[in-house]
Amino acid sequence: MSKLMTLSEAINRYVQDGDLVYAAGFTHLIPFAAGHEIIRQHKKNLVLARATPDLIYDQIVAAGCARKVIFSYMGNPGVGSLRIVRAEIEAGNLEWEEYSHFSMISRLQAGASGLPFMPMNPTAAGDLERVNSNYRQVIDPYSGNVVVVVPPLKPDVAIVHVQRCDADGNAHIWGIIGEQKEAAFAAERVIITAEEIVDESVIRSDPNRTLIPAFIVDAVCHVPYCAHPSYTQGYYDRDNEFYLQWDEISKSRQKVQEYLEEWVFGVADRNAYWEKLGDEVHQRLRVGERLSSPVNYGLY
Amino acid sequence: MSEYTSPELLTINAARLLRDGDVVFVGVGLPNLACNLARRTHAPNLVMIYEAGVIGAQPARLPLSIGDPTLVSGALSVCSMYDIFALYLQRGNIDVGFLGGAQIDRFGNINATVIGDYAHPKVRLPGSGGSMEIAAWANRCYIITPHQKRRFPEKVDFRTSAGFLNHRSEREAAGLRGGGPQAIVTDIGILEPDENGELILTALHPGRTVEEAKENTGWELKISASLRFTEPPSEKELKILREELDPNRIYLKGGE
Repeated sequence: MSKLMTLSEAINRYVQDGDLVYAAGFTHLIPFAAGHEIIRQHKKNLVLARATPDLIYDQIVAAGCARKVIFSYMGNPGVGSLRIVRAEIEAGNLEWEEYSHFSMISRLQAGASGLPFMPMNPTAAGDLERVNSNYRQVIDPYSGNVVVVVPPLKPDVAIVHVQRCDADGNAHIWGIIGEQKEAAFAAERVIITAEEIVDESVIRSDPNRTLIPAFIVDAVCHVPYCAHPSYTQGYYDRDNEFYLQWDEISKSRQKVQEYLEEWVFGVADRNAYWEKLGDEVHQRLRVGERLSSPVNYGLY
Repeated sequence: MSEYTSPELLTINAARLLRDGDVVFVGVGLPNLACNLARRTHAPNLVMIYEAGVIGAQPARLPLSIGDPTLVSGALSVCSMYDIFALYLQRGNIDVGFLGGAQIDRFGNINATVIGDYAHPKVRLPGSGGSMEIAAWANRCYIITPHQKRRFPEKVDFRTSAGFLNHRSEREAAGLRGGGPQAIVTDIGILEPDENGELILTALHPGRTVEEAKENTGWELKISASLRFTEPPSEKELKILREELDPNRIYLKGGE
């Protein structure tokens, strides 16, 4: 059954005001086009969860769509501070809930597995556990030792970008797989954006690469270059220059608004955005081929 | 003798702490350079692991971010974030972790979260990322940092990750599997924990003095009885750093 629809339709139908949203991807495959569509549709009071909020949440927060962030590392990766989220937190305008990477991902793992909590070995650091009451301690019934536990994270909607999937939503991902699978399984609703829509036979040719099965997917959107300025392994490179530029843009609220006007409200969709980026950027982000050796699944 | 910048000095001294065969949880910036330098000199069998889930990376270019695609192409393995923290780090498969932070205190505890009150932050920092678990579970941890008084307070404002807590015995009582911070490499010298877990000055870089180290430390810094001088960066180390690893001087140019 085809779940193909435009990204605009998918965001309209599956992201509601007030939702807990998880736009997945650790540096890789961050669905920026979906973030921009959320801004274009003026969604309100969202709770934005990601291990690394990255520029996508800096932009959604700047656009006034969020009331809270849940994160484990709030920086511009490789550059420095995530200026908008940071300023809003310092000003007391934005609620936040904070974890370490492992506890954040453990929450997703619990959500994805249908478990009441996930245990972790203690780290003795203490202060994060003190300020976030979601961290609890329980006694391991087997050894009698203390383990630290966190509750499941169950997003209302997960947005996951992939290299390719079929029209039904069976999705292939390679490269850094971060928390893509866990976010999809933990969420109530799942929107897949894909660089390519392929025939089911392509998916079946390499089943080990299918991280997300169609029956947990609600919407499939064909969105080439969805991840820019993040990247899609084997399709286009990370736009490190833009990550550096954002550091400058985000120093000024006016420049941020100008950016949103020009690059979010000023374009109809991702195709228009990509065209607007122009040839020079396209050339700069092109990647060459480095193919894997084929494997034989065998004829049975 | 050749001139070198402060980041070059830090990177070279950090690289020398790594052993051949070490499995290292790498960060971007200077730790990444230190690992690549070690791999090209005395530790060809070093295994580089990135918290993005990449094992045995052989980056062909300098990665700006910890999730750069160059880390993936040609790597030994790529796994999920849950797996990298659970199977690799928590299980005890990581020899070395690199840590950083805005504040490091007398017992090697690190603050990467907030300056001032947590609920009403004066300066909000990026937060833990992977450091809370790396500090607890890697066999050895190293820290690379400029030597400044504000970075070395008696006590951190917020304990993002554990050093020796208030005493080595306290860390031992907490039952953490990792050995805690083993060395803090600064632009003045090297601090290492003594038998109590307190960071003391064990080495000076060429031309630096005990007085400088004391002036730039926020607690009464003890000096090791066997204080030594580090070997100056060699021509070979500098050449690899400048010509192969960071030819555009992104990380190595130095402030002064």
